[in-house]
Amino acid sequence: MEWYLPVIWAALIGTAVAMYVILDGFDLGIGILFPFTRNESERDQMMRSIAPFWDGNETWLVLGGGGLWVAFPTAYAVIMPAFYLPVIVMLLALVFRGVAFEFRLVSKSKTAWNFAFVAGSTLAAFSQGVILGALIQGVTVQNGAFAGGHFDWATPFALLCGFSLIAGYALLGAAWLIMKTEGPVTERARGQAKICLLLVLGCMGAVSLWTPLSIPRIAERWFSSPNIFFLWPVPVLTALVAFGLWRWIEARRDVLPFVASIALFLLGYLGLVISSYPYLVPPSLTVWDTAAVPASQIFMLIGTLFLLPIVLGYVVFIYWLFRGKVREGESYH
Amino acid sequence: MDLDPVLLARIQFAFTVTFHIIFPSFTIGLSAYIATLGVMWLRTDEERYHRLMRFWTKIFAVSFAMGVVSGIVLSYQFGTNWSRFSVVVGNVVGPLIGYEVLTAFFLEATFLGILLFGFDRVPPWLYVLAAGIVAAGTAMSAFWILAANSWMQTPAGHEIRGGIAYPADWIGIIFNPSFPYRMAHMLNAAYLTTGFVVLAVGARYLLAGKFTEDARTMMRMAIGLLVILAPLQLFIGDQHGLNTLKHQPIKVAAMEGHWDGSKPGDFHIFAWPDEKAETNRFAISIPRGSSLILTHDPNGLFPGLKSVPASERPPVPSVFFAFRVMLGIGFFMIAAALFGAWLWWRGRLFETRWYLHIVSFTWWTGFIAVIAGWIVTESGRQPWIAQGILRTADAISPVPATSILGTLVLFVVCYGIVFSMGIYYINRLIAQGPQGRALEHATGLPNRPIAAAGAAAGDAMSGRH
Repeated sequence: MEWYLPVIWAALIGTAVAMYVILDGFDLGIGILFPFTRNESERDQMMRSIAPFWDGNETWLVLGGGGLWVAFPTAYAVIMPAFYLPVIVMLLALVFRGVAFEFRLVSKSKTAWNFAFVAGSTLAAFSQGVILGALIQGVTVQNGAFAGGHFDWATPFALLCGFSLIAGYALLGAAWLIMKTEGPVTERARGQAKICLLLVLGCMGAVSLWTPLSIPRIAERWFSSPNIFFLWPVPVLTALVAFGLWRWIEARRDVLPFVASIALFLLGYLGLVISSYPYLVPPSLTVWDTAAVPASQIFMLIGTLFLLPIVLGYVVFIYWLFRGKVREGESYH
Repeated sequence: MDLDPVLLARIQFAFTVTFHIIFPSFTIGLSAYIATLGVMWLRTDEERYHRLMRFWTKIFAVSFAMGVVSGIVLSYQFGTNWSRFSVVVGNVVGPLIGYEVLTAFFLEATFLGILLFGFDRVPPWLYVLAAGIVAAGTAMSAFWILAANSWMQTPAGHEIRGGIAYPADWIGIIFNPSFPYRMAHMLNAAYLTTGFVVLAVGARYLLAGKFTEDARTMMRMAIGLLVILAPLQLFIGDQHGLNTLKHQPIKVAAMEGHWDGSKPGDFHIFAWPDEKAETNRFAISIPRGSSLILTHDPNGLFPGLKSVPASERPPVPSVFFAFRVMLGIGFFMIAAALFGAWLWWRGRLFETRWYLHIVSFTWWTGFIAVIAGWIVTESGRQPWIAQGILRTADAISPVPATSILGTLVLFVVCYGIVFSMGIYYINRLIAQGPQGRALEHATGLPNRPIAAAGAAAGDAMSGRH
């Protein structure tokens, strides 16, 4: 079997997941920050800043899940049953928050759909964090199928990851609001971004300590020689980016905080990839163990290499089309 | 209490997929209609086309949102509830779904943003082009999904090694024997579904004496389309049936309630298939009707249900009755379309109130026919999930029945809330009717689809109608 195909596919799915986490991250973050204003016109403004994008953003989740099935059917068939409840809760949470975009403006009282939007966004973020955390800790596998208990995912570490992701998405959402809005919403977002940044750094620190201490394989990956000589820039860069982010928020910059938040996310993500590679389902199944046959991976790869740049092209186009700030009371027409 | 995980997983999937298919059946046709209106608007510069385009786009937005969220659920259910299915046929079916995401989902989601929010930011041609791209995206999505489903019905282009399906010939896999028929049948069904919704809305307005110019445009466009597509569907369906007879004869036997293959088949207008006694009760039949349709010979023979053991048969009543529901609606559609065209030709379409009354109640016919058709083909494939490759009972995940039951209850409750509200809001939008652009600006409404519905609801409640 061509050894490089699964690696390419792992990179592609990793990219799709990163795209999802960043893009849907900021719009889920808007939902998480929603309860911190009581002013409906400000809430309208927050929602309008993401209305043209959220649907496309969520499509990356389908690509991530679909891609996993296409390229690594065995991993998909283990991960989904293992995280059965959090996955379904996440999906239902996304249903509620997705329709809340359209529904909240019609109800006599906005309370119900505001709640659906907040609860859906927060619960989706939390479930994703739980799934991620439980996956890092490992899944019980026998004969290529899930063989663990159905609440194995409910560990303190996974819950910590759930809270981390809520804080992280809120940070992205606040940075997005700084970039896309004006007036009181932006002012509040600056304060929120700082609080979220502190929370995120706390969480990243806790995860970075917890994983090597509890999982020897991860400690060895980071602290054995010569790995440590190559890997030391990751935490250093993270610290620098966090410092820059704080300064740019204080300096009232519009765009840089969002860029720095994305960089912070990517560095955290890189850290997790370094910890887990080459396992797709730690601690037993690698990308090669779970890969689809080369014929399937190649068939899909050809299309992906051709189509993904086109997709990225029009995703960039629509962000460019709706560039600039959304003002309070301004509608899209 | 012993819960059967297979049964629960099947109920759950049937529930979520039935809810989902309602929305694509509508949005595939509606996006094409919106794009058509856009092209007419560009060509004629007539405001009514633009007004109708904007009106239907609002309804499209609500429907599409519900289609998206219910579709994301499905793409994950293959793994959560059907993980053995994912492993055994993942090498073949997975890439087809992957191509759907890459060629269709992103296209639809992105250009829908332009269609909904971009009117003031892009030139008219790009606005209409976005509508066309959304329509093409929905059709493309249907292409890949139907290729995957058709392969599960009539697998081809693959080989089985160690119980796992491997791809051998991708063209053979995509264009498997039932795919062209299923694709034509479903696309046409989607256009018919939308056609009847548009027709019903037009008739509703005419009866109420509201938006009469727009209502006439809608009715003319709908009748013009339906008078061709409704009879065409009968032909496509017949061809699809012959194809099924060739590849899945037992499914056809269940559709026809045909037990004994050694005799010519009667066409049962009504009957009660009794699976235990292996016969039909209370049958009202056209003698040798099925043989005539399926073999073009009143004495022609085709396999009966008794040619395989009971464990190899699909659940006969659901296939049998769903087929009759679909067929009945199909014939009603043909009659309604032909009669409407005749009235139009006689110049009495907009004055024949009893006809308007009837069609104003027929908006749901397409949806029920689509669901019934899918029940026929999906139940008819049982006991297989992928015909001849994997049985449904062997396809499920190692998940306890209680988990499946719990999530099934969650799905029923959540979908019940979300989708009944969605349909309520769509109804509001329809009640509000098409509005000119100038009017929207005058009332200062943000052109969010639901915001418009909200205004309509507010108007209705405060009596400012």
